[in-house]
Amino acid sequence: MPSPLPFFPEQASSFAGHVDALFSYILVTSIFFTVLVTLLTLFAAFRFRRKSASEIGAEIHGNTALEIGWTLIPLILALGMFAWGAVIYVHYRTAPKDTLDIYVVGKQWMWKLQQPTGRKEINELHIPVNRNIKLILGSEDVIHNFYVPAFRVKMDVVPGRYNTMWFRPTKVGKYHFFCSQYCGTNHAVMGGWVTVMDPAEYAAWLADEGGDVNPVSAGEKLFTQLACTTCHVPNGTGRGPSLNGVYGAHVLLADGSTVTADESYIRESILQPKAKIVAGYQPVMPTFQGLVSEEQILNLTAYIKSLQTQPVPAKGAGVAPASSGKKSL
Amino acid sequence: MSITAAVPAKTLPQHHYLNATYGIRSWLLTVDHKRIALLYLASVTFFFFIGGFFAMMIRLHLLTPSGYLLSADTYNRMFTMHGVAMIFFFLIPSIPAVLGNFFIPLMIGAKDLAFPKINLLSWYIYVIGGAFTLYSMISGGLDTGWTFYTPLSTVYSNSAVAPAVIGVFITGFSSILTGLNFLVTIHTMRAPGMTWFRLPMFVWAHYATSIVMILGTPVIAITLALAGMERLFGLGFFNPAMGGDPILFQHLFWFYSHPAVYIMILPAMGVISELIPTFARKQLFGYHFVAAASLAIAVIGFLVWAHHMFVTGQSTYAALAFSFLTFLVAIPSAVKTFNWVATLYGGSISFDTPMLYAFGFLGLFLIGGLTGLFLGCLGTDIHIHDTYFVVAHFHYIMVGGAVMGYLGGLHFWWPKMTGRMYPEWLARVSALILFVGFNLTFFPQFLLGYLGMPRRYHVYPPEFQVYNVMSTAGASILAIGYLLPMIYLTWSAFYGRVAGDNPWPATGLEWKTQSPPLTENFEVTPIVTWEPYDFHHRPDLGLDPVSTHEIMPAHGDD
Amino acid sequence: MHRTGELYGQFKTLEQQKESASLGMWIFLITEVMFFGGIMLAYALNRHVYFPAFAAGSNTLSLKLGGFNTVVLLASSFTMAMAVWSSQVGKKTLIPIFLLLTITLGFVFFGVKYVEYSQKFHHHLVPGKKFDIFFCVNNPASCPDVAPDELMEEAKLLDEAKAADPDLNSHAQLYYSAYFGMTGLHALHMVIGAGLLFWLLKGSLAGRFTPQWNTPVDIVGLYWHFVDIVWIYLFPLLYLIDRHK
Repeated sequence: MPSPLPFFPEQASSFAGHVDALFSYILVTSIFFTVLVTLLTLFAAFRFRRKSASEIGAEIHGNTALEIGWTLIPLILALGMFAWGAVIYVHYRTAPKDTLDIYVVGKQWMWKLQQPTGRKEINELHIPVNRNIKLILGSEDVIHNFYVPAFRVKMDVVPGRYNTMWFRPTKVGKYHFFCSQYCGTNHAVMGGWVTVMDPAEYAAWLADEGGDVNPVSAGEKLFTQLACTTCHVPNGTGRGPSLNGVYGAHVLLADGSTVTADESYIRESILQPKAKIVAGYQPVMPTFQGLVSEEQILNLTAYIKSLQTQPVPAKGAGVAPASSGKKSL
Repeated sequence: MSITAAVPAKTLPQHHYLNATYGIRSWLLTVDHKRIALLYLASVTFFFFIGGFFAMMIRLHLLTPSGYLLSADTYNRMFTMHGVAMIFFFLIPSIPAVLGNFFIPLMIGAKDLAFPKINLLSWYIYVIGGAFTLYSMISGGLDTGWTFYTPLSTVYSNSAVAPAVIGVFITGFSSILTGLNFLVTIHTMRAPGMTWFRLPMFVWAHYATSIVMILGTPVIAITLALAGMERLFGLGFFNPAMGGDPILFQHLFWFYSHPAVYIMILPAMGVISELIPTFARKQLFGYHFVAAASLAIAVIGFLVWAHHMFVTGQSTYAALAFSFLTFLVAIPSAVKTFNWVATLYGGSISFDTPMLYAFGFLGLFLIGGLTGLFLGCLGTDIHIHDTYFVVAHFHYIMVGGAVMGYLGGLHFWWPKMTGRMYPEWLARVSALILFVGFNLTFFPQFLLGYLGMPRRYHVYPPEFQVYNVMSTAGASILAIGYLLPMIYLTWSAFYGRVAGDNPWPATGLEWKTQSPPLTENFEVTPIVTWEPYDFHHRPDLGLDPVSTHEIMPAHGDD
Repeated sequence: MHRTGELYGQFKTLEQQKESASLGMWIFLITEVMFFGGIMLAYALNRHVYFPAFAAGSNTLSLKLGGFNTVVLLASSFTMAMAVWSSQVGKKTLIPIFLLLTITLGFVFFGVKYVEYSQKFHHHLVPGKKFDIFFCVNNPASCPDVAPDELMEEAKLLDEAKAADPDLNSHAQLYYSAYFGMTGLHALHMVIGAGLLFWLLKGSLAGRFTPQWNTPVDIVGLYWHFVDIVWIYLFPLLYLIDRHK
């Protein structure tokens, strides 16, 4: 929903108003000085423009009083900005005690979020309005960053440690969140939506798992939701082999052996992807252990089975020996 | 028609540094600081083109939200290599290695730098480092961002990290040796009478820059060495999987890379401090304060690095300290800006191309510097860190500031370097095109940033498209503003009107030699008895002895 | 190389030339301080965080060999200073003698370093796949150069350390990364120093250095002293802190 001011994002957290106010203060001060200096410069350029070819300027060395003045005044203004910013920041870095804690794991290139009840989400965060929310952030690989512009908050997600951030959403609605620390190929698509709901709706959402009746379409939805499409590109150009035609076929593995791609193989590939690596591919697939239920694995399997009839690409399929990937220095 | 004193010179002097010796060996094995400056001019221009090419690809690709031009990996390589080429191979060397090398000895009345052979070695080191980096670009490219954050760069990236790290490591020594050369030269080789406070501000600026170069660059060297070893041999300082700390990398990296931005801007400020007094024909207002401010920037600049790390989860106390210091470092820059504007008052101002660049610098550096306040301020930085706001901020300073300073200086000193003038009207139009194109390119990016568009994104939500299209339109205009000088400056070096010794005229010692200068600069070592930018006591310039603008009686203070 | 006392073109006086060379070398040494400082900082921070592993690492270094090398380097700084003195007072025949002594002591240092490094290699203490801080304790037969009572002490120490830090091997590898990084960088600087000393030796044999012009000896002396000082920092940092013997 666009905000009335086209230059600011929506204000949807308790922080947003404060940050915008501080921003506006610095903006007004900056505009003032920009206009002042520009006008002074333009005036001087006009008033003291050269009138004859051999004209020179007045002999003026300087003025100590002016120097002190234009050192102290910016200093005072600057310190004021510092102080106001510091107050907001300290408030931001000091989470209150009564928070709803959400565990967030970032990895290339998706977000896994877990509610206090254990319910998990991928690239989505459902939270109740007007509650203090704390995110505990962990990374499985490189540094990421969880950023919600409408809330005016972000925090790095650093491997090897936990970072925390907190905010209080004040408006029901859907807000973008982004990964805001460059993390590789799909950094720009590593985002999603924060859905802020009324407390009653949130409670209802938390209780309900939901699901489709048709396993293939449920599986297809999951396949996208879980970002499998990122690597398992149908035309074979992705980081993982294409899954077209893989079910029931022979797969050549990196250690030279072959295996038939049956339901067990698919299940193992989802839960222990490093057990069998397809020849010509890097062991980069993350595990989905703990992230998918057995029912969901069945849905995924149904969907992958349905890909039997899809055209198998000449290069980059799970079935035929694929071209070797380039290993860089 | 510029209103400068007419200089009736018809031909170039018979002997000068360009025709003293001939042949490729006389250039590649030269120890003449002026020829080395031209070698650098060629190489930095080459890398500017490379960085510019990548910039063009970035902006073309970002015309549409879903990215029609490049794949994700290719885009990531483009912005990374744009940064690496521009920062390490253009911005850091440009003014010091081209204009500093050429003019510091002339400005202080010396025959050359203190260590001419080390100067040449500096250039070769730059070229070798550049070769490694080019190899990285050609063999698939680098996609870690110019900041090389770990463990992405050391463990996860599939791109040519090692050659690039080696290339930047090697080039760092070029910077160190240049700084060393300048420091010793300024200390020991000033002509008789050239006291510290008679030095042109350009020299002060390079003195401050050299301090930063020699203290900061070794730290990036060891950081890249450790990161390179982690990449190649699996050492674990920055890899959490082995007990290392990615934040340690960031501290070490930014300890250099923040002062590095002062390496990029201080020389440009030095150029502006030459241009404004020259084209207002007036002393630099507050000379001592401007000199002190340059040193203050160099020193305080070493104390602010972790303002790049406010959202890493670092201690709140650390963040407070660094934010406070960041606001402090803004003050000397403000002081300089006010001094430059004050220099205009009571002056006799002409609007030759170098002065247009100086005016452009004033406006754009002002905006760039002020937007730094938003970023140094903790409360707002949480929101705008790692967004296009940052991208806009540093381009205003680097392009609006440093590149304008470089181009302004290049135009100002072109007649001294080549003996010939560039075409004035074409150059003025070009400067205006650059100014307009620049603002159209980068101002929308402030808006994008506050709206929440993160940086280093190869695709973006559709609501950000309008500003992106504006930015790309601006970039195409900006490109013309860059191409024109490359063409007409090159042309004018061979066919421009002969300039004479001092076409402006300006007060520096370099203008008391012929244009182009002799290889040994001065036939007789000058003895300096005058103050810098003192138009009142320089009858040799052929200007009025008094000003019509004597607004206040001449001050004796400072 | 220029002949004795010749003025380079860009300088006006010999005094200016000497002053420049000296100032140049001092500034260069400052850059070296910043360079080594970076890796020493990384070491110090990691030592603080992974105290048990780094203490264990320190204890695998030979105090005898490290101490001996320290004495060797200090002596070489003395002989270098004597070379500089000889050039200052015009005792031309002494200069090559002292330079040769310095070079010899430098090579003794390299020899001891070689012994230490190859020991690390055989004890599986070089960072990489085969790194194993427990190797000698678990395979005493493969480490004949370590005395049995030393091995017992080491085993005790490692057990205590492992109790404090389950990831001991991984963190000890960090120690060794720092060890090889710092001593390797230092050794590289010494090799460059040795090269410079050979160059000086050649010049001194040709009688080039006089009291009026001994700049190369002077500034190489500065460099050599600096390399010595780096070792004076490395030795306690790597070998001495938290020794149990």
